[in-house]
Amino acid sequence: MQRTAGLWLLIGLAGYALLPWYMVAGGFWSFGWLSAMGGDARPALLWSAGGRGWLWLPLTGFAVAGASLMLARDQLAMARGLVSAGALGLALMAAQGLVILGNSTRLGLLEGATQPGMGAGALVVAAALLFVLTTGISGLGRGRGDAFITGMIGAIVALVGIFVFYPMSFILLRAFELKGGAGLGVTEFLPRFFAGEIWSPACLTGLGYCGAALNSLMLALATATGTTLMGLAFALIFTRTNFRAKRLLRVLTILPIITPPFVIGLVLILLFGRAGTITEFFAYAFGWEKTRWLYSFWGVWLAQMLSFTPIAFLVLIGVVEGVSPSMEEASQTLDADRWQTFRFISLPLMRPGLANAFLLGFIESLADFGNPLVLGGNFNVLSTEIYFAIVGTVADPAKAAILSLILLSLTLGAFLAQRKWLGRKNYATVTGKGDSGRNAALNDGLRWTCYAVALPWAAFTLVLYGLIFFGSFVKLWGYDHTLTFEHYTRAFGIVYRNGIHFTGAAWNSYFTTLTIAAIAAPLTAAVGLATAYLLVRQKFTGKDAFEFSTMLSFAIPGTVIGVAYVMAFNFPPIELTATGLILIIVFVFRNMPVGVRGGIAAMSQLDKSLDEASITLGANSATTLRRVILPLMGPAILAALTYSFVRAITSVSAVIFLVSARYNMATSFIVGRVENGEFGIAIAYATVLIVTMLAAILALQLIIGRRKLRRADRIEAH
Amino acid sequence: MKVSMISALALGAAMAAGAASAQSLNVVCSNEQAWCDLMAQNFKIDTGVDVAMVRKSTGEVLAQIRAEAGNPKIDVWWGGTGDPHLIAANEDLTVASGVDVTGQLGWSQNMTEMSGGKAVGVHVGLLGMLYNTEVLAEKGLTAPACWKDLAKPEYKGEVTVSNPQSSGTAYTQLATLVQLFGEDEAFKMLAEIGANVNQNTKSGSAPGKMAARGETTIAVGFMHDMVNLKKQGFPVEIVSPCEGTGYEVGAVSVINGTPNLEAATKWVEYVISAEAQSAGLEVGVFNIPSNPAASTDPEAPDMAAVKLIDYDFATYGSSETRERLLARWEAEVKSKGGNFEE
Repeated sequence: MQRTAGLWLLIGLAGYALLPWYMVAGGFWSFGWLSAMGGDARPALLWSAGGRGWLWLPLTGFAVAGASLMLARDQLAMARGLVSAGALGLALMAAQGLVILGNSTRLGLLEGATQPGMGAGALVVAAALLFVLTTGISGLGRGRGDAFITGMIGAIVALVGIFVFYPMSFILLRAFELKGGAGLGVTEFLPRFFAGEIWSPACLTGLGYCGAALNSLMLALATATGTTLMGLAFALIFTRTNFRAKRLLRVLTILPIITPPFVIGLVLILLFGRAGTITEFFAYAFGWEKTRWLYSFWGVWLAQMLSFTPIAFLVLIGVVEGVSPSMEEASQTLDADRWQTFRFISLPLMRPGLANAFLLGFIESLADFGNPLVLGGNFNVLSTEIYFAIVGTVADPAKAAILSLILLSLTLGAFLAQRKWLGRKNYATVTGKGDSGRNAALNDGLRWTCYAVALPWAAFTLVLYGLIFFGSFVKLWGYDHTLTFEHYTRAFGIVYRNGIHFTGAAWNSYFTTLTIAAIAAPLTAAVGLATAYLLVRQKFTGKDAFEFSTMLSFAIPGTVIGVAYVMAFNFPPIELTATGLILIIVFVFRNMPVGVRGGIAAMSQLDKSLDEASITLGANSATTLRRVILPLMGPAILAALTYSFVRAITSVSAVIFLVSARYNMATSFIVGRVENGEFGIAIAYATVLIVTMLAAILALQLIIGRRKLRRADRIEAH
Repeated sequence: MKVSMISALALGAAMAAGAASAQSLNVVCSNEQAWCDLMAQNFKIDTGVDVAMVRKSTGEVLAQIRAEAGNPKIDVWWGGTGDPHLIAANEDLTVASGVDVTGQLGWSQNMTEMSGGKAVGVHVGLLGMLYNTEVLAEKGLTAPACWKDLAKPEYKGEVTVSNPQSSGTAYTQLATLVQLFGEDEAFKMLAEIGANVNQNTKSGSAPGKMAARGETTIAVGFMHDMVNLKKQGFPVEIVSPCEGTGYEVGAVSVINGTPNLEAATKWVEYVISAEAQSAGLEVGVFNIPSNPAASTDPEAPDMAAVKLIDYDFATYGSSETRERLLARWEAEVKSKGGNFEE
């Protein structure tokens, strides 16, 4: 403890005395600040000596820490000292940041004082104080006395606190705002929360529209059920049958998540809309009436099924793979047939996967914005209502906040239901013991059911993507099918003259998008899997709340997150708007829950004895995590990386408010073109993105490789 | 500790990568992307000021500059309907640039005057109707010519309009009808039209696009968008309603608190110049420019050929009128229609 805390103390002091405390012009890595050390890029030490006296405050934390390291008589006293040192330093640092803003002060303190947003020095100091605190906590015997565990919990709690709770507080408080600026209260909140127009069940009785909340709930249940079953069918085909074209199928299952928003909706309209190809065909062949059925619940559901089945599949494939063959063999030895083995052995062991896939589908559907916007017709859901409460002709942030709270409470409900269903059972099947059986094949009925469900779906996906590809090469999709490269040259033109010039309209946003996604993906996976590790493997107080808080950012619609981020991070202490960093952060914390869910599902299968063996043999938690757990987590890591990379490229709603002139994203470019009716260039861009992402995913798969759970993953012959 | 250190380092790296502060003009543009890009490019060439440009819809821009008030990251907001620009001017989110508008057309000067110089009118978009000729023929319907025609029972389930609660286009239509027929008469008519409406879209430009693709038969929207659809090759005809029609005035505003006031003013001067506005033809911009010397497309709507109402922006742009009309729309119109696909 002494060594760790001492190390952090030194790092913190170095950050305090050497690094520029505030954000510097040109960015940290340009190192322009080295020459401006006496100017704006001064470290805190020089600032506090020269007029900004409040910057002495964080130093008090280090002073207390240093004193307890040197003076404490025993370990317990030292630990207590470190805890109070870290807490004091962090509290003072946060206080000065929240009181003295860019151009004013709060609470009437220190009037006239100003300061810019915190920079590298502040980051290092805050991290050092945090880890001094967590090291102290481990010294008190918490987290099995392991500084690594408490540090990790502390870091994740701090990050979630700053980048989820802090911004959300700005917008959720507005739900309780009284009309006319009369402060806060629940007198207006409760009637608006339970308003009939939001919860109305009128459509079920055939008398008009349902409320947006009920619509969202029905849609989310239908989508989550559908995607989980479909994902399971695909996962079973992959792991329990000898289906021949698995590779092709694998690509097809990934395609929809790497499709930029609006594109699936557009293709569905071209196929099933009133003037769509398939509609025209049935009208011609069978005389069916051409209707607008697509612009309703069913259209949105279909689009969501396409968009979110891959997520369910990615979660389930790892879990289904992990179910131990020896259990299945034992079952068969005991004279159970294949169906009984599946029904009573394999399926129950897949519960964590099913539950997590369902939860993700449910939340994704609730927060989905693009599909309801394009196909919703008069079917209103919460996410679109929230968007238009913020950007509509009459802006009503209070309504947006209330609807967001409704959305959150639906998520909370699903989360609790999932916990109840999983219960406290043990799902570990990867035990480290010799385990070289064959996975039981599916019985014929189930196998053919899986084929019947999944294969037409795969064919359907194939048709859709064929159409997208086709659409990018024709002049006016749906009307003028003259082949042309025009859309590609407009978007991705390159001129070779005195070197290479990227002249196409899309290059700029394309490069920005890829850079940001490439930075965000590994961070998201790291934070997500670290959280999963803590949740599955460690015991600490407030674990349930911790778990739910990591799901929050995912459940809140992107529009709300976007506005909340602008409100929270446009001013010091943390000033991030109009940078690329804010995009990276929003992606990391929005997509982290997928890493968490996938990680939890995969880790629940790894038997605890593996960790225990490693620790018994003298490894610490960090080494165990790195050498034992992580190698067994291949599919989960792959899923987290893939998903976060892809989502950083394809997400729209959160990004709309955060993209800036310097950091524009591909999706906001595409949405702009779609709004203007230029489908050709939008689809050409989408096609290029799809190919890029596919290449990236395949490369990731090659690098991470398959985990070897057993000597050979075999499936018994039919 | 290792993991936390790595993540701390990574965060630091990312933080540094993010902060850029080249001295240049940050423009948020609510026009068509191609027009945004072209204007930025021309401005850079003609004035030498570096421009960073991003395109967002007017509602999004308004929400963003509200959230950023006091420490704006945007210098100037160009394009999009005038109402949000007027709201921003009223909330002091924008600032008067002092640009001389005497050479501009009357409506542009009016807009500037009304906003206290904060929002300068740059273009006009006329409200109109559009129908898909193929679908109309297939269904054996007659073409609409007037606002009144939209209420004909034969159009049941064939009309698409946007929702005034989310779309400025639909609000302009609502306000136009109220100004043409008087409030009670207008709501009676809207309710009758509402019975024919198959969908109230969220976005104002969506109905036109749906009609172009044959997803609906008749749509209401802005004519310059419709000209664009027609030029792309869709089988559509544009109708200027016989009773007269309303219009929107697009504007340009300088954001209050911008550190680049000088460059922002230069931008405002630039976008109302004849030379800059004429360039719109290259990328298919068909609204009417504010500079009388700017050249226009022969197929673009012509203010002289269309019967225009004397649109009262001060009354119908005010939030009291707006909230009252929208509440009445919700009660009397929304409940009537849009229920055909279920």
